[in-house]
Amino acid sequence: MATATAEVTYLEAISDGLREEMRRDESVICIGQDIGAFGGAFKVTDGFFEEFGADRVLDAPLAENAIIGAAVGAAVEGMKPVCEMQFADFIACGFDQLVNVAAKLHYRQGVAVPMVVRLPSGGGFSGGPFHSQNPEAWFLQAPGLKVVAPATADDAKGLLVSAIRDPNPVCFLEHKGLYRNVKGEVPEGDHSVPFGEARVAREGEELTVIGYGSAVHLALRAADELGEDIEVIDLRSLCPLDVDAILASVRKTSKVLVAHEATQSCGVGAEVAALVSERAFEDLDAPVRRLTTPDVPIPFSPPLEQAVLPQLDDIKEACRELLAW
Amino acid sequence: MNRTDGAVANGSAREADTLGLREAEEPPLTRDDRASLFRLMVMMRASEERGITLYRQGKVPGSFYDGRGQEAISVGSAFVLGPRDRMCILHRDLGAHLVRGVTPDRYLANYMGRAGGVTAGKDGNMHFGDRELGCVGMVSMLPDMALVATGMAMAFKIRREPRVAMTYFGEGSTANGQWHEAMNFAGIHGLPVVFVLENNQFAYSTPNELEFAVDPVERAAGYGFPGVSVDGNDVEAVFEASRVAAERARTGDGPTLIECETMRMHGHGAHDDMSYVPEGMFERWTERDPIDRYARRLVDELGFSADEVEGIRSEVAEYVERGALEALESPMPDPGEATRGVFADEWRPLGDGRAPWSHWSELPERAEAA
Repeated sequence: MATATAEVTYLEAISDGLREEMRRDESVICIGQDIGAFGGAFKVTDGFFEEFGADRVLDAPLAENAIIGAAVGAAVEGMKPVCEMQFADFIACGFDQLVNVAAKLHYRQGVAVPMVVRLPSGGGFSGGPFHSQNPEAWFLQAPGLKVVAPATADDAKGLLVSAIRDPNPVCFLEHKGLYRNVKGEVPEGDHSVPFGEARVAREGEELTVIGYGSAVHLALRAADELGEDIEVIDLRSLCPLDVDAILASVRKTSKVLVAHEATQSCGVGAEVAALVSERAFEDLDAPVRRLTTPDVPIPFSPPLEQAVLPQLDDIKEACRELLAW
Repeated sequence: MNRTDGAVANGSAREADTLGLREAEEPPLTRDDRASLFRLMVMMRASEERGITLYRQGKVPGSFYDGRGQEAISVGSAFVLGPRDRMCILHRDLGAHLVRGVTPDRYLANYMGRAGGVTAGKDGNMHFGDRELGCVGMVSMLPDMALVATGMAMAFKIRREPRVAMTYFGEGSTANGQWHEAMNFAGIHGLPVVFVLENNQFAYSTPNELEFAVDPVERAAGYGFPGVSVDGNDVEAVFEASRVAAERARTGDGPTLIECETMRMHGHGAHDDMSYVPEGMFERWTERDPIDRYARRLVDELGFSADEVEGIRSEVAEYVERGALEALESPMPDPGEATRGVFADEWRPLGDGRAPWSHWSELPERAEAA
C-alpha cells in the first residue's frame, strides 16, 4: 500500500506511472513516434529507452494505423502496449484500427485487447487546427473503447496505471496545458485510480459545475474567485461515466453547468445534460447549461484561439447566471 | 500490364529463386498429408456450396461470400502452421479455418446468425476467427488484419518465440495505405509474418490494371523482404512457398510476401452477377480448377486410386451435410445477448490451432517447444 507522496507535475506523474508499470510488468511496451532515444515530443518517455531497451520502447515510423494495429496484435498476444500519439489530433490517421478493430474485437469474438492510446490533447498555445483538438467525443461513439481524462497529477498517474491494467482499449487524454502547469502530491509506488468514479473536487450546495481535464481547473478558480458555494465534479472517466455521482450532485444543488474544452455538439456536455434531464428533471431549478468551445476548428492566432476556448471570465459569467436563476 | 486474362506473372520463376523454391525437392508431404490437402479443399467447396443453398433458401441474412476457385490458397498455406502459430483469415479463405479446426456446422451457423456460429450471431458471414484455435477474425476494412498479424509477430519477436503469424489479403487491398504501413513495419523490424496475397483478378468489379501500376509482389523488395509469385491453383505450390516462408519467419529471417495467382470464380457476393468478367475467362480458369487438378494429379502421379479420391469426396459430402443439419438445429441467439460483451473482464490467451501437417504430429516435442 503506497503511503509516501511526492510533489510532481502532471507530466511527471504520467511518466512515473508508465515507468513503474513497465518495471512491474515486462509485457508493458511503449510504441510511438520519437519516443525512443529522443524521449518523446513532450519527454514523457525520457530515459525509458535507456532503461527498457529498444524492444520495449519502440520508435514507430510515421504511420498511426501501424502503431494502433500492431498494438492490437501484440495485445491479443499478451503484451500491454501503450501507444503514444504525438498529438491527439493524429489519432485521426489511426482511427480505423482503433474503432473498427480494437474497439469491436471483444464484442465480436471474445478477444480482449488490453492497450492504451495516450493522447496529448487540448489547446491554448497556438497549436492551430491540427495540434489542439480534444477528440474525446469521437471515441465515445465507438462502443468498446474506455475513455479517461485526468485533471490532476494524482489522477494522471492513477488512471494511467488503471488503463494499462485494464483488459480493454483505453483512450487516455492527457491535456498538454496541464503537463507542466499542474503539480500535486502523488503517491509513490503502486497507485491506481479506478475507472468510472468521478471526484468531488470542491464541495458546494448552490451549483454543480461538471467538467474534466483542463475545465476542472477553470471551474475551481472560478468558484474561488466568485466566493460562492459551488460544487465542482471532476468526471475523470468519460466511459464508463459515473452517473451516480452526477445525479447525486444535481439532487443536492439543483443547478448544473457542464464545462469542457472540446466542441459543443454531441459532446460530453450534451451527454451529461441529456442524462440529467432524463434522470433528474424534477430536481432542477434551472436549465442545464454548457460552456464549451463552439463548433469551430481551433484557430491559430492568439486572439482567435482565446475567443473560442472557454476562459475564466466565461465560466464565471455562466456560474453567475445560473446562481441568479 | 494487363493480367486479367489470368496469366501467371512472368517473373515468378525469378522471384521463386529468392525463396530457394527451385532447389527444393519434392514438398515434404506424406500420402496422408496429400489426402488431407485434398479433403480440406473439397470440404471448403462443399461447405460453401451448402451455404449458398441455405442462402437461396432465405436462411442467410445479408449476402453470401465464398472463395470458389481459391481453395488451394487457404488450405495450402494454413497447412504449414504449427499449433501455436496465429492467423488472421480473410473471407475467401474458409479452407484456413477448416485446417485450424473450425467445423462446417459452426461456419454455416455463423452465416445463418445462429447461436452455434463462431461469433454466436455477433458478426456474420466470414467475419469470424475462432479464438480457441489461434485466430483473430477479420473486419470489413481491408487489409486491416495485415497490421494485426504484424503486431502478433511483433510480440513473438519481442519474446523470442519461434512462432509465425500468417494473414491474407486480396490484390485489391494492396492499394490501401494500411497495406504499405504493414509491409513497411514488418520490414523494418524483420517480423515473423507471412503475408499471403490472393490475386483473384478483381477487387469486386475492378480489374488488376485499375488497381495498381506495378505487380504488388514486386513491391516486397522495396520493403526489404522477398516476394514470390506462385500458382494459386496448385495446392502443393502454395504449400511449398508457405512452408519456406514460415520457416524463414520462425528462424528469424523476417517476413515474406507470397502472391497466389488465382481467379474468383463467383461474384464478390451472391448478389454480384459478374457481368464485368471478360468472355472466355471463366472457361480458361475452370480448366485450372484447383480441386479437379489435384484430383487428377493424385491419381496420375501420386499413387492414389480413383476410388480413393471419389471416396474422399463422398465422405466429405456426407460430413458437410451432417454439419448443415446441425447448423439448422442451432437456435437463434437470445436477444439479451445483443448488449453483452462490449467490454472484457479479463485478458485470456488465444487457444492453439489444429496443425494437421505430419511434420507437427510426427514431432510433438517440436510443437511443444514452439
